[in-house]
Amino acid sequence: MAFTLYSLLQAALLCVNAIAVLHEERFLKNIGWGTDQGIGGFGEEPGIKSQLMNLVRSVRTVMRVPLIIVNSITIVLLLLFG
Amino acid sequence: MAYHSGYGAHGSKHRTRAAPDSPPLFDDTSGGYSSQPGGYLAPGADVAFSVNHLLGDPMANMAMAYGSSIASQGKDIVHKELHRFVSVNKLKYFFAVDTAYVAKKLGLLVFPYTHQNWKMQYSHDVPLPPRKDLNAPDLYIPTMAFITYVLLAGTALGIQKRFSPEVLGLCASTALVWMLMEVLALLLGLYLATVRSELSTFHLLAYSGYKYVGMILSVITGLLFGSDGYYVALAWTSSALMYFIVRSLRTAALGPDSMGGPAPQQRLQLYLTLGAAAFQPLIIYWLTFHLVR
Repeated sequence: MAFTLYSLLQAALLCVNAIAVLHEERFLKNIGWGTDQGIGGFGEEPGIKSQLMNLVRSVRTVMRVPLIIVNSITIVLLLLFG
Repeated sequence: MAYHSGYGAHGSKHRTRAAPDSPPLFDDTSGGYSSQPGGYLAPGADVAFSVNHLLGDPMANMAMAYGSSIASQGKDIVHKELHRFVSVNKLKYFFAVDTAYVAKKLGLLVFPYTHQNWKMQYSHDVPLPPRKDLNAPDLYIPTMAFITYVLLAGTALGIQKRFSPEVLGLCASTALVWMLMEVLALLLGLYLATVRSELSTFHLLAYSGYKYVGMILSVITGLLFGSDGYYVALAWTSSALMYFIVRSLRTAALGPDSMGGPAPQQRLQLYLTLGAAAFQPLIIYWLTFHLVR
């Protein structure tokens, strides 16, 4: 497997897109990963599942706008240069 | 006159407070501002005013003063942005090595089984630089080993008559991408397991860069002694590296005050360390087997 940095960027973009399309109400709540279902009090350390849910929610909140920009740029570049 | 009015409109667009566009007022206020060097204007207004000064002859040295103040402002901005992303002081810590440290560390990477004390030493809660502490991670060895690996890959491919200059770049970027993915996976694992440790990104980069030393040794042995020598060297360096990683990460993840934390957290840390260690021989094999046929 010969990677270039460009393929790493593409893979990272696709992964972040995959996290961003997980809809809060329609999907995550149905499998028990909604963010209001995970707060288990102020114990010492949260488990893996609540850490993951926090991570998903933070990625979705933070990357929403930059993803629009980066996706648009990638689409234009792919259309132009293949 | 049209020229001046054009620049007048430009300057009024950049100015931070509202002013009419008529050229005489623009010239008057520019004369007023020129007496305050290194001023508090926005840089855009500075550029507009200095361009206007270049047009007017007697203010040429004022334009040079503005230019130098703009340059220093730009340099400060660049430094600030750079310091926001990469903390240069922390990076300097990892390159504070000397020859004796490098020699002993390389020996430790090849034969870690007799080393007794794996704890990092601290002075007033600040970790000692690698010059004074053998257990401290550094970035000099991984960087040099990476470059040596790329050159060695080129040599090995040249021996097999499969060399072309693009292959070097491809090899370098492949190895770099694998290292980045490993560091990201380790960071994700540390975040999910809520390990509160001293391990910063650069520490993880250093520990995952030590495998290049094993790769170089395996490839050299493979080139000198053929395929059997390659597998023997691969087995030896893999086991040495696994032992090294497990011992180092166990003591590094616990931190200076080794409390340990609750039991499931320790188990997660153990799994993480073992996973990181088990990944090393796989990646060493993956990145080098095509060089030794």
